[in-house]
Amino acid sequence: MKAFTLDHAPNADTALAAMGQGATAIAGGTNLVDLMKLQVATPERLVSIRRTGLDTIGYDGDGLRIGALVTNADCAADMRVRQDWPLLSQAILAGASPQLRNRATTGGNLCQRTRCGYFTDTTQACNKREPGTGCAAREGFNRIHAVLGTSEACIATYPGDMAVALLALDAVVLTQGPFGLRQIPLAMFHREPGEDPSRDNVLQPGELITAVKLPAPTGGRQVYRKVRDRASYAFALVSVAVDLTMEQGRIARCALAFGSLGTVPWRDPAVEAVLVGEVPSPALFAQAAEILLRDARGFGANDFKIPLAARALAATLAQATKG
Amino acid sequence: MHLPLSDMYNQPDERNRLDHMRQGVIGKPLDRPEGPLKVSGTATYAAEWRIAGCVDGVLVLASIAQGQVSAIHRDDVLAREGVLAVIADPAMTRRSAQGMAAKAPQQDAARVEYFGQPVALVVAQTFEQARDAALALRIDYTDASDPAPFDPHGSGVKVEAPSDSKPVEGGDLDQAMETAAFSIDVEYETPGHASAAMEPHATIAQWQGDNLVLHGSYQMLAYNVKEIADCLGIAADKVRIIAPYVGGGFGSKLGITHEAVSAAIAARELGRPVRVVMTRQQVFQTVMRRSETRQRVRLAADPAGRLIGLGHEALVSNLPGEKFAEPVTQATEFLYGGENRLLKVEVARISRLTAGSVRAPGEAVGMQVLEAAMDELAEKIGIDPIDLRKRNLPATVPVEGTPYSSRMLTQALEEGVKAFGWSARQTRPCQTREGEWWIGMGMASAARVNMMVPAQARVTLRADGSALVETDQTDIGTGTYAILGQIAGEMLGLPIAQVTVTLGDTAFPAGAGSGGSFGAISTGSAVMRACEAIRETLAKRLGCDETDLALKDGSASGPGGESRGLPDLLDGHDLVETGSIKPGKTAKEFSQASYGAFFAEVAVHAFTGEVRVRRMTGAFGFGRVLNAKTARSQCLGGMVWGIGSALTEELAFDTRDGHLVNHDLAEYHVPVHADVPAIEVILLEERDAAASPLQAKGVGELGICGAAGAIANAVYNACGVRVRSFPLTLDKIIPALPDPFASAV
Amino acid sequence: MATNLATAQLTAPDSTANVNGTQHALPTDPRRTLLDWLRDDLGLTGTKKGCDHGQCGACTVLVDGRRINACLSLAALHGGDTIETIEGIGTPDVLAPLQRAFVTHDGFQCGYCTPGQICSAKALMEELAQGWPSAVSADVAAHPTPTPDELRERMSGNLCRCGAYANIIAALEDVIAAEDVA
Repeated sequence: MKAFTLDHAPNADTALAAMGQGATAIAGGTNLVDLMKLQVATPERLVSIRRTGLDTIGYDGDGLRIGALVTNADCAADMRVRQDWPLLSQAILAGASPQLRNRATTGGNLCQRTRCGYFTDTTQACNKREPGTGCAAREGFNRIHAVLGTSEACIATYPGDMAVALLALDAVVLTQGPFGLRQIPLAMFHREPGEDPSRDNVLQPGELITAVKLPAPTGGRQVYRKVRDRASYAFALVSVAVDLTMEQGRIARCALAFGSLGTVPWRDPAVEAVLVGEVPSPALFAQAAEILLRDARGFGANDFKIPLAARALAATLAQATKG
Repeated sequence: MHLPLSDMYNQPDERNRLDHMRQGVIGKPLDRPEGPLKVSGTATYAAEWRIAGCVDGVLVLASIAQGQVSAIHRDDVLAREGVLAVIADPAMTRRSAQGMAAKAPQQDAARVEYFGQPVALVVAQTFEQARDAALALRIDYTDASDPAPFDPHGSGVKVEAPSDSKPVEGGDLDQAMETAAFSIDVEYETPGHASAAMEPHATIAQWQGDNLVLHGSYQMLAYNVKEIADCLGIAADKVRIIAPYVGGGFGSKLGITHEAVSAAIAARELGRPVRVVMTRQQVFQTVMRRSETRQRVRLAADPAGRLIGLGHEALVSNLPGEKFAEPVTQATEFLYGGENRLLKVEVARISRLTAGSVRAPGEAVGMQVLEAAMDELAEKIGIDPIDLRKRNLPATVPVEGTPYSSRMLTQALEEGVKAFGWSARQTRPCQTREGEWWIGMGMASAARVNMMVPAQARVTLRADGSALVETDQTDIGTGTYAILGQIAGEMLGLPIAQVTVTLGDTAFPAGAGSGGSFGAISTGSAVMRACEAIRETLAKRLGCDETDLALKDGSASGPGGESRGLPDLLDGHDLVETGSIKPGKTAKEFSQASYGAFFAEVAVHAFTGEVRVRRMTGAFGFGRVLNAKTARSQCLGGMVWGIGSALTEELAFDTRDGHLVNHDLAEYHVPVHADVPAIEVILLEERDAAASPLQAKGVGELGICGAAGAIANAVYNACGVRVRSFPLTLDKIIPALPDPFASAV
Repeated sequence: MATNLATAQLTAPDSTANVNGTQHALPTDPRRTLLDWLRDDLGLTGTKKGCDHGQCGACTVLVDGRRINACLSLAALHGGDTIETIEGIGTPDVLAPLQRAFVTHDGFQCGYCTPGQICSAKALMEELAQGWPSAVSADVAAHPTPTPDELRERMSGNLCRCGAYANIIAALEDVIAAEDVA
């Protein structure tokens, strides 16, 4: 960990002022401190936003507004979330550990960085960590890497769970920055790597996430399925979030998002389009998977994610459309 | 009667003295005496000693795989606040010492042999300063002139026979394979494993004049003293290591390694105590790995399912010149019949961190493969896997003809079958589906060689009638504090509260150390012998033969009913005896091993191929049970390792530079709570006089030896997918799974 | 606390924290983690460093009643907090029920992960009482029942390499039954 200064912001405006002068915001720190110890992240100035008051959950019309500093644990345990947006609770609870969820925050979790072993190892080439050095993962041990949305420069996944649920729930990220307030649909929040993998999301320098807004509950059947190498406390190999409504034996409405499959939380309207209006069947699920994975490309050790995603999708759709 | 107190254990001690004692504490499931300290956070581990003036050092790892350090840019780092020294001394180690080496491992850290090898140490006033400076230290390298390859299975790899073991050959295996009624010839792979003990390696080094005191985290202190003394060029009697609590070892702390040697050098250079704690990543990258293996198993059976041929050949790897070769076929030598046989291990010389002992070296990976192959053979023959094992238990060890000291395998199989409910198993795969999951059962035999190593312990019967046991033996979680107290309590007739056990300090007599499951029987036997000597004196004072002396609850009584309290007999003076034992002829004249059987029920996800162990049963015979609670825990822990080996654990090396990619606990997946179901452990009481005077054998590693095979066999039984590459991660299962919809119940 | 920001609005928060009932000044180097502060400055070495990256749970402590990984939290961010470590839960002579149950059920071997397991278990019981769901709860909106699977999932942030898991769960079940949690 390099030396840095630490300031404490009593409110968002003060935090923004510090960030405007180059400070990096720290909230739970579960990812940032981890990366600082490895010197993958080397901020010279930190500003704590822990006491900025952005830690409440409240109704916002028919929707819900979750403050950026609401911990993952509090969000997952909130009865409003559990009853009307259970997908979000499920996804959060599938991630990390209770200890981490008690510290990790809603805003911080959206900014969680990849688990690529070449990104977190400063002896290795990584365009995300150090632009222009190359991508050692492409030809390396890339079992956990992305098969969708990759580029020559980067094949790392966004590793989290919460954002996958938020994506399926059409959540919106609220920010405050030097240019004012922004509302960024979750679908627009994360960036595919392209030629510049160093920026994981569209936040501008000095811009702070203040809240996440959930639209009114759909009343749909919500399932988060996380497939991983051990039963708990492991990142997803593939995860599927579905929010789906059946009417008269047909899929009337369907939102699907995928985690650890792409370089960003992945949602493909074409997949949903092929499902809506149809009677669920294994053949239909396979058709959806084919569309989802039409451009998927493995890099060796992660080739299995392509059939795995199809299988996880089938299982999730079978579960969500049953009975 | 003359006591057989010769050091060498040359003939089985059939007297079975422990069973003639009166106190009734031996074998009982007593709580660990150090338990209250551990659960309250007051047991002190290596890095936790408060030593005035101590500063922190952080190791610097090479960022190349092979080459020579040509320059270290010290000045940049020394100019930083708090930085006290940059140590790059020729005495620093580049490899870890192997277990029982008792001499320095490869030194001269400036010669880089594998990616991430330690090359320097940065010492600063605070840990934060040292950690930052260590990462900032710039080092120049020149390329290696004759680099070793990185992939043991790649081209151009030099493959050698191990220097300290020979193939076992008998008859004509090829011929047996040709004439066999049933045969299989399969290749399996197992990956590298990490010990991943929860406590990272840590040492505080402190010089007192010419004497070095280390608070360390090591398993075999008597050997470690010699290793570090040799590294530093000082006499072994100038070194004292203190390690009363060791946060797990599993082989990784058998031999002295980088942090201890560099801390000692830095402390000498700075003239003050220095603490070096490895980061978790450094432990993964620099200490010790279990080698990956590629194993060919050939099994040839006659029409009755009796083995006529058995081949087990393994390719393992290590650094050039390193002696250790994972002894994959160790248990295969004695477990089953098959007079035509070829058992062989070869070593590929590659550039990856040192390969060495990780819990149950040899059997851990050899048994799971042999037992998976046996499952394949049973299926081919069309008999129950239990029957196949029972039909193939030889009367003496094949080829060499050595008799077995004792063998509880049949009993373990039978007890396990009953307890587990094996009769409910479907013979064919894909017969049981519960929702999204296929359910199946599998079994495997357990076997692990039994070893004794030289050990000493001192027992003091204090004038007040309480006892003190002292040895440098460590307790790495194995239950040593408990069992040594129980042995002394039983022999001296003392309630357990009257016995104090002090461990982990080389100021005490040299115990066996913790490794190879030999700590309990070796050091325990030394304690027993010290107690026998004390009993001899007490008997004399009471005026009876030692064999007639009854000690219970602090009183001594003889055959004529005469009885005196111990303080009375001791008359104000302590009785001090040092017991000693060394392996002798019994080690060669008998095949000694602990045995058992594993049973597993698993669920395999019909869509995703995820595997969950639903329940496990293990039945084990390992001679006398010294403490039923801690022995059971050893078995439980071994089986958890079996789950990891079967399903989740794999060191992933980048074959372009040999660096370990998953060098942390997030990506090297040891099992978590949710991976571990209810586990039933059955302890089979047994007496094995050839193994030790205690009639006990080792149990610390038995629980892993074959466990992963039972799980793999259960996976096949559940879903019909036979994976010959451990761990059975879902990517290897999904390609062969049946259609999850077509087979839905 | 170093501060070089011109804006006067940045506050110097409470620079002390309460640990096991005693108020302590927080460290001056902002790099110092809560874990290193507890262990090296306060000598509370019951809280263990197993990985230093939030991957093992050995450093679990309770902050304002919640379990967290002390290794991933900067000490300077804990001004005004109330922290409980294993030393605050019980002593060798006066063990808390959870600690006693760990001894009875042999819920540890080497003992290194044990303080973290116990701190985690203590928080788990409170979370159950609060009705928090887990990843294995069939219905996240329902009040959970402490089945073995629920306990295993909720303890999964604490690795035990010795493999004492089954005994730890047994210890936890005992205490939960005795205290009628959830």
